[in-house]
This record gives sequence, C-alpha cells and structure tokens, in this order.
Amino acid sequence: MFAFIIRRVIQAILVMLVISLVGFSIKSNIGDPVRDLVGERVTPEERAQMAEKLGLNDPFFVQYTRFLKNALHGDLGTSFIYRKPALEVIFRHAPATIELVLGAALIIALFSFPLGVYSALYPRSLLSRFTMGFSTLGVSIPVFLTAIMFIYLFAVTLHILPSYGRGETIDLFGNGYWQTGLLTIDGLKHLLLPCVSLASIMMPLFIRLIRSEMMEVLETEYIKYAWAKGLSTRRIWLVHAFKNTLLPVVTVFGVQIGIMFAFTILTETVFQWQGMGFMFLDAIQRADISLLIAYLVVVASVFVVVNTVVDIMYSFINPTVRIAGTK
Amino acid sequence: MSHLLQINDLEVKFALRTGDITAIDGIRFTLDRGEKLGLVGESGAGKSVTGFSIINLLSKPGYISKGKIFFQGNEISSYPNEKMRKIRGNAISMIFQDPMMTLNPVFTVGFQMIETIQAHREISKANARKIALEKLKKVHIPSPEKRLEQYPHELSGGMRQRIIIAISLLTDPAIIIADEPTTALDVTIQAEIMDLLQELCASDNMALILITHDLGVVSQVTEKIAVMYAGKIIEYGSTDQVVKHPVHPYTEGLIKSIPGTLIKHGEDLVQIPGMMPTLTNIPPGCAFNPRCYLKESICTQKTPELRDMGQGVQAACHVKQRGNRQNNNEAG
Amino acid sequence: MTKLQKFKESYFLYSFKRDKVAMASFIILVILLILAVTAPWIAPMDPYGANNIDIMNSEIPPMWSDGGESQFPLGTDNMGRDMFSTMLYGLRTSIIIGVCAVALQAGIGIFVGLTAGFIGGKTDAFLMRLADIQFSFPYLMLAIFIGAIFQVVFGVGSYERLAVPLLIIIIGLAEWPVYARTIRASVIGEVNKEYVEAARIIGLSRPTIMVRHVLPNSLTSVMVISTIQIANAVMSEAALSFLGLGMPVTKPSLGSLIQSGFEFIFSGSWWITVFPGVWLILFVLVINLLGDWLRDVLNPKLYKG
Repeated sequence: MFAFIIRRVIQAILVMLVISLVGFSIKSNIGDPVRDLVGERVTPEERAQMAEKLGLNDPFFVQYTRFLKNALHGDLGTSFIYRKPALEVIFRHAPATIELVLGAALIIALFSFPLGVYSALYPRSLLSRFTMGFSTLGVSIPVFLTAIMFIYLFAVTLHILPSYGRGETIDLFGNGYWQTGLLTIDGLKHLLLPCVSLASIMMPLFIRLIRSEMMEVLETEYIKYAWAKGLSTRRIWLVHAFKNTLLPVVTVFGVQIGIMFAFTILTETVFQWQGMGFMFLDAIQRADISLLIAYLVVVASVFVVVNTVVDIMYSFINPTVRIAGTK
Repeated sequence: MSHLLQINDLEVKFALRTGDITAIDGIRFTLDRGEKLGLVGESGAGKSVTGFSIINLLSKPGYISKGKIFFQGNEISSYPNEKMRKIRGNAISMIFQDPMMTLNPVFTVGFQMIETIQAHREISKANARKIALEKLKKVHIPSPEKRLEQYPHELSGGMRQRIIIAISLLTDPAIIIADEPTTALDVTIQAEIMDLLQELCASDNMALILITHDLGVVSQVTEKIAVMYAGKIIEYGSTDQVVKHPVHPYTEGLIKSIPGTLIKHGEDLVQIPGMMPTLTNIPPGCAFNPRCYLKESICTQKTPELRDMGQGVQAACHVKQRGNRQNNNEAG
Repeated sequence: MTKLQKFKESYFLYSFKRDKVAMASFIILVILLILAVTAPWIAPMDPYGANNIDIMNSEIPPMWSDGGESQFPLGTDNMGRDMFSTMLYGLRTSIIIGVCAVALQAGIGIFVGLTAGFIGGKTDAFLMRLADIQFSFPYLMLAIFIGAIFQVVFGVGSYERLAVPLLIIIIGLAEWPVYARTIRASVIGEVNKEYVEAARIIGLSRPTIMVRHVLPNSLTSVMVISTIQIANAVMSEAALSFLGLGMPVTKPSLGSLIQSGFEFIFSGSWWITVFPGVWLILFVLVINLLGDWLRDVLNPKLYKG
C-alpha cells in the first residue's frame, strides 16, 4: 500500500514535470518576457539588453531549470495585461470560479442522487422515462447554449434574474483576495443561473451513472441475499443498495468536479463571470502568454493533485469494492 | 397430519420478449420436519429456480404460473410480498452458492447479522448481538467477538460460508434451503461445511433442502432425493434406494459417471452422451430421449408421468414403467 | 447467402425496426446529412459571397413574426444573411470538422492501441501512461489550450483562414485516448486467442495479423465510440467557435453563428442564436440517441472511462 502511494506520487511529479516542460517550451517560443515587463515601447537595443539580462539567450535547458526553480517559489512570470505576478492574478480570480463550481456541485448532488436512484428502482415509471429522456437531451445541449437560453428566458424575457456579473460581493478576509457572492442576496441571485447552467452539463451524466451503478448493485448476489434474509424493501434499497452505489459514484464525483473547471470557461464567458475562465479567455485574446502558461500550470496541478488523491483513496476502498463483484 | 412443506404441481415460467418459457414444469414433492431432501441435476435443470420459488424470490421475468406451495399447512405461494417477507430468512432461510458474493461488502458481519434478527423480532441491538454471538459459536467460528466487527473481505471463503450458515440460524428456521453451498469452496472445506449442516439439522430438528449437482454429497447427507432434468423431477424417492437401484436411465447415468463411492470398484465410468437441452428447445416427449439408451418410439411422442415404481421410488420413464407393470402382472 | 440477405435477416435490423426512436433519429440524421451535403445547391443564398449580402436586410425576424419577409423564412442575422442558408452552410462546416476530427482521433487511437496491445512491455506501458495522463485532463480544456496556443502562434488572421484544418487537428489531438484504450483492451483480449495463434503459425507477419484479424474484431466498439465521438466533436467545435477559437463569423459553423447572435439576444433578436442552437441540438441529439441504441444492440465491452 505504502509502495503504491509512493509510486503514485512519483508519477504525479513526473506528469507535472512534463507539463511544465510543455508549458515552458511554448512560453520560450512564443512568449515575450521583455514586453511582459516593460511594454512595447522600447527600442531594439534596450530589448536586446533586457533579453540578455533576463537570460533569454541562455541554452534552453538552463532557462527551463530557472523556470522550474521560480515556479517552485511561486513565481510563474508576470502578466502583461494586469502588470502583476501571474499567480497573484490567478488567485484573485479563483474564488469566483470556486464558488461557481461549488454551487453547481451542490445542485448536481441534490438532484442527481434522488433522480438516479429513483429511475434505477422504477425504470418503467413515467418520471424515470422522463428523467432519462431529459438527460439524453441534456448531454446534447452545449453548456453555452443552456446558459444563453437561461439568460433569454429569465433575464431578457421574464426580468427575474440578472444576466451577467457577480452582483454585490463582500471581501471575505478583508485583504481583497476573496470576494464572495455567497453572503448577499444579490450575489446569490447572480450565482443561480451560472450554477444551474454549469450543473446542467454534468447532471445527465451523474443521473445515468447513479442509475446504472444502482441497477448493477440491485442485480448482485448480496442484494438477492438481503431479500432472502427477509429485510424490508426500504432497508434493502436505501441502506444496502445505496451505500454500494455511493462509493463508485463519489469517486467519479471527485474527478468530475475537476472536469467542471473546463466548462467554467464557457459558462463564465456567457455570464461575464470574473473568474479564472474569463481571465483565461482574456489572456488568449490579448496574447498574454505568461498568464496563459501560469493558468496551464495551475490547472494541471489541480488535476494532477485531485487525480492522485482520488486514486490513492480508491485503492483504500478498492478491496471491498472488488469483492462486491461490481468489477 | 400435513407435511411441513408441500409442493403441488409447481410450474415456473420466465416471461421473455419472445414469449414465455417454462423453467419448472409441474413438480411435486414434500418435506417433513427434520427431513433432509437432495435436489439433484445438471446446471439449468431448474434446481435453484425451485429453491427460490419456495420463498417466492424468483429473479425478474420469472413467475409462478401454476401450482401451490404449502408451508405448515398455509398456502404461502399466494401470500402478498409483505407477508412472505416475514417467512423469508425467518421460518425458511437460504444459503447461497458463493460466499464471496453473498455478504454485502460494505457492512460488517455484525451489522448484517443483527439487522436480520431485527427484521423479524422486536429485540434490542444488544440482545440481537448476543444471539449473533451464540450462533457464531454454534458454527464453530473461532473468536466470534472479533468476527462481528470484521468486513466480509477480511474473511476466507470457508469462514464466510460459516457466517452465512450462522445468519440462516439466527431466527431458528424450520427449513434451510442450501443452494450449492459448497461448490465455490475448496474440497477440504466442502466436507467441513457439509458436516456442519448435518450436525445443525440433527441438533435443531431442522429440515434441509440441499440443492446440488453432486450426487455423492447428496447420498451422504440426505434421506430423500429428487432428480431433476430439464425442469421436471424424473426420479424421486429415498436416497438409499435411488442411489443403489436407480430406475430412470438418467439417474443411472449420473451415478455411473461419478468416480468414487457410488460405483463398485472395477466398474467402468460411463458418460451420458449429449447435453441437457436448453429450456427453449426441449424435445417433444421425454426430454431425455435424445440421450437415452432405452429410447423407443413412444419416448418421442408422449411425456412420461412420475409413477410409483415400488420401494418408495417414483420415476418418469415409459420403458421402465412398462417393465414394472409387466413384473407386477407376472407377480400378480 | 448474400451479404444483403444476411443483413436483412439480422438481429441488428430487426431491433432497429422495432425501435421507433432509433428509426426516427436515423431518418432525421439522414435528412440533416443530405441538407448539409447539398447545401451549396439548395440554399437560397450563398452566405460566403459578400456581394449578395445586403446589410440593409440585417436582423429581419422570421417570416411568421411582425416585420418578417417571406424571402427570409427564418429571418436574417446581424450581417443581413439569410438564416436558413447560413444554418445549412454552418451545419455543413460543423459536420465536416466533426467527421474529419473523429477520423483523426480514430486513426491515432487505433494506431497507438494496436501498437501498445501487440508489442506490449515498455512500449505498452509508456503509451498507455500517456493516454492515461491525457485522459485525466478534460478534453475540452485540452482543445481550448491547443486552440489558444495555435491562435497565438498563427495570429488571429491566419488562424481564421486555416480554421478548418486547425480545428480538425485540435479536436483530433484532444480525444484519441478513448480509441487507444478500447482498441488496446480488445487487442489484449484477442491476442491470446487461438485464431491469432493459428495466423502466427501459418507465418503471417505481426502487422498483417493486427490489421486483418484483430482489428475487425474491434470494429464494433470503434463504431459505437465513433457515433458518440462525432457528437462530442461537433459540440467541441461549437464550444471553440463560441469562444472565438474556431470558425470566423464570415465562414460560420453553428458555434460561431450562436456566438454572433448572442449579443443580439438582449435587443430581442432571439432567432439569430436560437435557430442555429436548435439546429445544433437536433443534430447532436439524434446522434446521441442512435449511439445509445447502437450500444444497447451491439453491446461491446467498452472501456469504462
């Protein structure tokens, strides 16, 4: 077990090295650190001088090592648009995205479990058919289209919810880093549509996953045995079957939350939500390479960490799950 | 006096999209208190389906289409689910084939034992735990206190099957249905489990229905035997008589195909040619006729009934029944 | 028995005829494909030709609402282009990109999967680790990243000119591991079977065995994956175009059409966004429905990702 953890961690570090290498090669090929620091109005001579001073003429590997060393110290370069360290820019935009993802995750958890379990138990009922039909429709609608339709319906036509921005926010720690929209009515109202839109892309997937896991569990020998023991239907469904369904679903949930960050780019664009995704798109449009690469590295680290932790956690549960006969 | 369990002309069908298929075709047998019955046959003969239909727990498209099941004089086959639930795991408990798959992996042994008692008795957790401990001791499990806290995956297969037997004892049932209880286990452990079952039946005067493909095991454990072939009982009677003097050619073939105690030293092992038909293409007449060395034209036309063949044995074979009649006529 | 006869009596066709949803989806899909392929001939106007676009015709609502004109049945967009024609061309572009991108994914994935499965050992471990690593990142994120890099490298102008091949490459690179994993799994399942052994004994070379004997056995899975992947690719293309990393508005795909209409939704010109949106949903939906049906009928052992 211990050896497995070590191996998994080493793997994670290797992956991060590869990603940083990719990131750095992009940066060293198309980035312009001189511009990042002093802007565009510099003479060619001054540029050459700066480049020499920054070590841009050093061999690739030397530069890469320097990049790594700086990255370990939290220095991922300077954002050209914001004129601030890239990492700081990302951290300032992170809370908005995190709140969005948490809200969406909450909505997913609240709805997908009851609906998934119900449609596994009563696959022929009207609600189940409706749920399944709806989830097929759901996976076929791009998240930005859902978002646009929500805006058209609730903001443009009905005027009951705001269409963009975060609304009124409160500085959570008083240092300007965490502006939260969770503590004001206006902030929550602004949060609603983006969260529902973001949730809509993952919800069908989870309903289907929970349904199929639950159905698989219901077919197992131990559930049949539970019936043979004369337990009540409720107990078999809600205690025996549900707990076995929960384990695989929760692990997937961990990974999927990571994937939701990708979709935040689209959701944030539609709702002009000032989070990391919005910032990222801005960076693309204005060719802010340092910020792009910093975002790549940060997001990749989040994924690698989440994946590693989930894998390690899963290896703890795994023996029981495997013996359960759920493959 | 009525029997403890009486099964009359039971017929079980599976509703498939292409139409119903018959899995159990009009079987009948009885079981008395403390009696041990062996249900023998190849896989697919309908042994397990019979077992599950007794506690009315057929898997989905299956249903009882005809016949009645009486338990302690009550017709339980018509019980609604909630009433039946109080019998399952209580008066009739069941032991499954593969102990590795039978216990729920995410709950402790203790949890799964206590919930069984509490499903059938108004009893406190502490008292339920006492009963659980007592039964674990009864199935000779070492350090039972520790087992209660363990998860199934921490225990070996033999140990788990003992726990499952202990669970089946929790409510002091009148009948235990054991569906291939030793098939998934090592040979050495198989014998231990069979001994344990025998010992428990004797000490608690429980009836046992032992479902197995292994005639050897049945002949050592049970008093009565029912041989099944393609959804029918084709021979039924006292174990001693059937094993020593099988009437039906299929039973005969089964016995001759098993090396070891059942056939005499020096006799050749014989293999029954062909395979048991699947339920969807059972041949007309006697289902066994394509494989039978006694086959006559009537065997492909008429389905034989189970008839008394003397010595407390019933068999369904045209040829043997005719022979029996002739003998009787000559004698009479 | 001829192949046609065989097909006519197959379970495949039987279950297709029984499933009304699958039949309807198939018919709609065929109609959509025909419309897309024949767009240049059946569209009332050519949205790419600048000379037949009149800016005076911009934002005309669909013909059944107030101010609609029968000349433009579904209205016009903000540049005065006929919505119906633009949508036909848009669907065409989306489908071309989607199909080619999936072909690229399948090509890379099948090659990697076959290589990994057959050679085994370190090559296998390396390739599959690579696939795993890529798999652990959301494909959309990856596509956006690659798109962003390309746009910076090429500059917005050239990027827009090269958008179709670039998008195919981006989406193709982003999702090959799905194929690689499935193919490898089935290769490993097949490699030890007797017929492969037999083929080896009669002296067929490894690549021959792979392509002639093992690959056909994996084709069911490839088919099922591909239907879903085409839907995914069209969605990815739409997402990239919506973010401005895809087709330019002058040669719009469905995604860029939706994006160009988005800002006009606030002024009430809903049709510029909604029609292409519904069009896109319809296309993706019928593919997904067909994919679900295919998976149920063929029931291949897919890699559970």
